[in-house]
Amino acid sequence: MAFLRNKLRPFSATHVGLAGFVVLAACVGYGQTTNSCLDCHSALPDPLGVSQEKFSQDIHAQKGLTCASCHGGDPTSDDPDKAMSRKAGWKGKIEHKQIPQLCGTCHSDPAYIRQFNPSLRTDQLDQYHTSVHGKRLAAGDTKVAVCTNCHSVHDIRAPSDPRSTVNPVNVANTCARCHADADYMKGYSIPTDQFAKYSTSVHHEALTVRGDLSAPTCTTCHGNHGAAPPGVDKVQNVCSNCHTFQAQMYEKSSHKKAFEAASLPGCVVCHSNHGISHPTDAKLGDGPEAVCMRCHAPGDRCDQARAEIQSSLSRLDEAIKGADRVLRVAESSGMEVSEARLGQDQARDSLTKARVTIHSFKRELVDQDIQAGLKIAAKNLQAGNEAMVERNHRRVGFGISLIAIGIVLAGLRLYIKKIES
Amino acid sequence: MREMSPLRNVRRWLDERFDWDDLVAPFRKKTVPLHRLSYWYFLGGITLFLFVIQVVTGILLLLYYRPGASEAFESVQYIMTQVQFGWLIRSIHSWSANLMIFTAFAHMFSVLFLKSYRKPRELTWVSGVILLFLVMGFGFSGYLLPWNTLAFFATKVGTEITGQVPIIGKPMMIFLRGGEEVTGATLTRFFGFHVAVLPGLATVLILLHVLLVQRLGISIPPKLEVQWTANPSAKREMKFFPNFMLREMMAWYVALGVLGALAAVFPWNLGVKADPFVSAPAGIKPEWYFLFMFQTLKLIPSKVWFIDGDVLGVLTFGLVGLLWLLLPFFESDQPSRTKGWITGFAVFALAYMAGMSVYGLLAK
Repeated sequence: MAFLRNKLRPFSATHVGLAGFVVLAACVGYGQTTNSCLDCHSALPDPLGVSQEKFSQDIHAQKGLTCASCHGGDPTSDDPDKAMSRKAGWKGKIEHKQIPQLCGTCHSDPAYIRQFNPSLRTDQLDQYHTSVHGKRLAAGDTKVAVCTNCHSVHDIRAPSDPRSTVNPVNVANTCARCHADADYMKGYSIPTDQFAKYSTSVHHEALTVRGDLSAPTCTTCHGNHGAAPPGVDKVQNVCSNCHTFQAQMYEKSSHKKAFEAASLPGCVVCHSNHGISHPTDAKLGDGPEAVCMRCHAPGDRCDQARAEIQSSLSRLDEAIKGADRVLRVAESSGMEVSEARLGQDQARDSLTKARVTIHSFKRELVDQDIQAGLKIAAKNLQAGNEAMVERNHRRVGFGISLIAIGIVLAGLRLYIKKIES
Repeated sequence: MREMSPLRNVRRWLDERFDWDDLVAPFRKKTVPLHRLSYWYFLGGITLFLFVIQVVTGILLLLYYRPGASEAFESVQYIMTQVQFGWLIRSIHSWSANLMIFTAFAHMFSVLFLKSYRKPRELTWVSGVILLFLVMGFGFSGYLLPWNTLAFFATKVGTEITGQVPIIGKPMMIFLRGGEEVTGATLTRFFGFHVAVLPGLATVLILLHVLLVQRLGISIPPKLEVQWTANPSAKREMKFFPNFMLREMMAWYVALGVLGALAAVFPWNLGVKADPFVSAPAGIKPEWYFLFMFQTLKLIPSKVWFIDGDVLGVLTFGLVGLLWLLLPFFESDQPSRTKGWITGFAVFALAYMAGMSVYGLLAK
């Protein structure tokens, strides 16, 4: 113990107190100097205000970057003059047209980005330069979108974060902030109803109602950093990214050549672009939804082919529904028809395939799928009918056995009466 | 009635060797009391008849059924669709099982209300209650055998409840499941219980039960017994053979008709093959005869004082089951002293079971 006392003697209470003060001061100082910008800016009103809470949500802050990473200056100084001195590299408010270049400083540097996320692309700035936004910005139009217009600023979140403005479910709203604003878009010769139309589309429904994050939004067709209209002759390439089989069929069709010759935008001619509705067989008809008759004359060769294809589709659809009805009744009667019910999915697949094959505009190809589907539906219908016949046999059999049971019961009763009389 | 000559010869042959007449003499003398509640005596016989149907249809199903997670469902599907009258045999087996459990319950409550469990019939009661438990075991083990989704999850929930029993619960659950989870091993096990263990035990107990009924005779309601003892001339009875037996046969035929109707009009559904990787269907419930216990367990709070709600529920049902088994021993030799508390208890139990079952059926 004496040894320990001797050893501890140099660290008297005064020494310990002094050391504690130094550590405390260092800690307090560290806290103050890591990002002194927020000390003031969190108290300032907009547009200069940035709260600690808001900035802490920013993915850059979470990765250890500070205000100075973009704005320069000396965040370790409590003195505003020193902190925001040009000598210390302070840039102040970044000009709108400078933003892509500033973001590109890091985001175009693969070696730097690799430290944080090796799979993150680093060609955003190059792509941006090819976009309508980028080209217009280069031409001096400062109304066009730069990085911060889409990704926001000071609270930039990863695109995978559902709260991010560029998360798939939020992209359309983000684009609509400018593109649906008729006043803002005045002077640009493009419509502003894209968002309104998209909101009614089958793609929007898939994304927002069914929650299918792979469903297309603005950037899926137009690109994101390189955003531009696909161009009339490239529409098919855009749609074919998802609708592969339809595109293959269209590729071989006579319509492709005709549309190209007439400078018509492929898929869009029949399906439109932003407001794509769920395609029904009525599109092949001659009613208000019909698309063929917009170009073709009634009674011509193509009109006849259209009518035949539509009638084949209806026939298969009705055959499937008819088999479904019988199988449902059979199943609700307790009959085992699960195999036929499963077979109905194959018939439905044939119908879907036929609807895809329509894009070849060749009757004989569509007919192959229709015939295959009809064959399956007929087999399933037969299974359903057989189950119903079997059900009726069972009931008749039960009726007969009930009569037999009744006769035995009556006989027993009579016999009991006889022996007890 | 005159017997046919060949029959008479067979009987003589048997009589010479086994003293047949002496053997069947007690049955000839056996009588059944005749009063306004005599029809309750049919229930035991109907339950036995349904058990025989279960054995016969069960053996027929065994010809095609294959236990195993990859084959069970398909084999039952084959029975339902390809085997001649397979649908009828399977539907009758399933409906008969339900009817048997119903008639067994009805038989038990009739015994309670007619006070037939009293001395000297305590062991008849005990063997009967064990038989009821076995019948419920038949139901639980047989339900899994088609290996469909409902069966799979019902077994999962059921065995989980077993696992709630303190100390022995977990080993019991693992024993029943053949592992930690419900798998093909559980199916094989349940198949073994269903076609070997339970039938063996049930056959022994049924023999004992019937033997006790034969030995002790058929009970008479206490009030009637007092009246008949005071006035022997008021006593009315019928011969077991053939009078009662013929009536019992009529009841069996009616049961057969009901079974046929259920099988023909409402064939037992096969459902969808079990998939252990999908989530349990919403609002899954056990078979009706377990519903009152299931609903009670659902209603018990997760903690009652310091005891886990499920554990408390399982222990309470275990205790009540044990008391139920030993019920006749709680009644004194002097029936007047008991003041009908057992009847009151039986009324409460019946109302509770019926009420909870209906509640469980309607609850989401």
